[in-house]
Amino acid sequence: MTRHLLSGNQAVGEAVRLARAQVVAAYPITPQTTIVEHLAEAVGKGDLLADFITVESEHSAMAASVGASIAGARAFTATSSQGLALMHEMLHWASGQRTPVVMANVNRALAPPWNIWVDHSDSMAQRDTGWIQVYAETNQEVLDTILQVYRLAEDKRVMVPAMVMLDAFSLSHTYMPVDVPESDVIDRYLPPYSPPQKVLPETTQLFGSFSPPELCYMELRHDLEVAMHQARILLPQVEEEYTQLTGHPSFGAVDEYRTDDAEVVLMAMGSLAATARDAVDALRREGKKVGLARMRLFRPFPADAVRSLGERFHRIAVLDRAVSYGSGGPLAGEVRAALLGIADPPVLAAYIAGLGGREVTQEQIRSIFERLLSGNGLPSEEWVGLKVEG
Amino acid sequence: MVKLTLPEAELMDGGHVACQGCGAALAMRLFLKGTGPDTALVIPACCWAVIAGPMPTTCLRVPTVFSAFEATAAVASGLKAGLRRTGAPKTIVAGFAGDGGTADIGIQALSGAAERNEDMIYVCYDNEAYMNTGVQRSGATPPGTWTTTTPRGLEKSTPKKDMPGIMVAHKVPYVATLNPSFPEDFVAKVKKAASLPGLRYLHVLADCPTGWKHDPALMVEVGRLATMSHFFPLYEVENGRYRMTWEPGQPAPVAKYLKGQGRYSQLTDADIVKVQSDVDARWAALKKLTTPA
Ligand SMILES: Cc1ncc(C[n+]2csc(CCOP(=O)(O)OP(=O)(O)O)c2C)c(N)n1
Ligand SMILES: [Mg+2]
Repeated sequence: MTRHLLSGNQAVGEAVRLARAQVVAAYPITPQTTIVEHLAEAVGKGDLLADFITVESEHSAMAASVGASIAGARAFTATSSQGLALMHEMLHWASGQRTPVVMANVNRALAPPWNIWVDHSDSMAQRDTGWIQVYAETNQEVLDTILQVYRLAEDKRVMVPAMVMLDAFSLSHTYMPVDVPESDVIDRYLPPYSPPQKVLPETTQLFGSFSPPELCYMELRHDLEVAMHQARILLPQVEEEYTQLTGHPSFGAVDEYRTDDAEVVLMAMGSLAATARDAVDALRREGKKVGLARMRLFRPFPADAVRSLGERFHRIAVLDRAVSYGSGGPLAGEVRAALLGIADPPVLAAYIAGLGGREVTQEQIRSIFERLLSGNGLPSEEWVGLKVEG
Repeated sequence: MVKLTLPEAELMDGGHVACQGCGAALAMRLFLKGTGPDTALVIPACCWAVIAGPMPTTCLRVPTVFSAFEATAAVASGLKAGLRRTGAPKTIVAGFAGDGGTADIGIQALSGAAERNEDMIYVCYDNEAYMNTGVQRSGATPPGTWTTTTPRGLEKSTPKKDMPGIMVAHKVPYVATLNPSFPEDFVAKVKKAASLPGLRYLHVLADCPTGWKHDPALMVEVGRLATMSHFFPLYEVENGRYRMTWEPGQPAPVAKYLKGQGRYSQLTDADIVKVQSDVDARWAALKKLTTPA
């Protein structure tokens, strides 16, 4: 293991090299571009023995990744924002064909107006496409998670594609110390991809085809749902094995911080959790019993872990960096649904913050915690840091 | 008596669910005779997404990957790269798409694959409309043709998109036009395509009696007339060099081709004269390209 100073995008590149991806098809978009450049260089230098397909769009990047995976190759792509939106139809093809493609998505706002900064609306809009979604907080976690989700996605009980999210700039372009495992360690963790089914020349095989109502369409969709639940069950195992081989920490589906004796908790995702972590430490120094629950896994949704939070805490704040227009923050909506039916449910305060890269300060998070502790005026949807025209 | 030279082995079985007289079905049968068994197909949304039969049945004896309407050439690019990496580099990867999936919604992915000179055969079976969705016009619909979106009063006036020309402009190694009514010319071109590396584009005229509105029993004849009348000339372009592969001695009048099909019944005599002069002009231009200086 060697320690390097890596940007989030470089951490992605290192993970893909260690995973020995065999086909990379990707299209540049700010702030993902340096991932594509990093991988092109790795392939050019012979550090990564892969076919690098310089596709003409993200739509084709995903289409080519699906094709490569059906051939039995380990496929990788990366995108962001508009590119992810353009892929939408193909995301369904990837999960529907049960191809364990892995993708890094640099979370960025969607236009209009153009905005290249962090926002989770791009990946939240893809939550129903049948992809595993994991959100990282640090560049170390970016690297580790890409390797972990290859294991998870390629597990024969799962066979579902996976996307790993890293926040624009605060991770993608921020340099952090990252421990890069040795390749022989990762080779033990992640053996070559061997799918239960792949294109075998000179055989009669169907990938896709069509199925009217009375045949198997609905059953195939049910299989996908079951596989997603399997992924949720298997994630801790996959992480634990990684931890044993590398010594890097495991976080689970929901990463709890100083929640043991906390009175209230805040839920957040991505790099906002790092800001919240600092706010927790500051408040703790003042003797205030606050904690953080960072949502790492969003699909499959870890409803059990969320219910466990609901059973232990009477007041929970949810911080969304995305909007589902007309319905508020998507995380808040799903947390609310997961908490339904538990005895003595907690009060939920829902906040939308940091859209389009708007800064979210420790002070703002502090004030959310303080209101949560006081229990007064807890909002069902409040926008943090919104400029009000005066 | 003429001895047929077509390979006898069949890689497409009976029992498919195409309409009677489907030119696209015959095109697939002949295509696979040309490529042989070590072929993997990529099929987008189009009639061929249905023709093979519902899951888990199929009339095709080769691996078949179905995908999105606009994604054929990109999926095929990935499939080829994947097969190269997993020990099956010789397998012929072939996209098999309709004219809508090629000239319209799929042209971006195809243009990208062509520019990269991906190692695949791309077949466009051109029935000159969106047939799977019930006969709507495509960019490959000839002017004046009836479709459900070019009814009387809303006729298509623009020319048919010249896909072979567009592909030649990409400087791919091989472009050819094929007609299943000329099976030996058809299979010879597929075999030549199969022997070359890089992106090979085959543009197949595929009669659709349902959409073209004629007796399905006349499919082969209507197809022959298309070429005999110079409406659909048979040629190939190898590394930029054009060559006519079959020429009728005395061309049939285009009117004979048009009048056999209900989709042209709205054409007036004056319209037909115009079609004839367009066909003559296209033929003359093609002759220039195919005649060595
Ligand atoms: C993105 C998308 N848009 C529209 C459709 C609906 N659709 C399916 S097949 C088809 C027409 C296909 O036409 P063509 O490619 O000419 O093939 P044909 O049906 O004539 O064989 C359309 C419009 C689709 N499946 N996907
Ligand atoms: Mg068509």
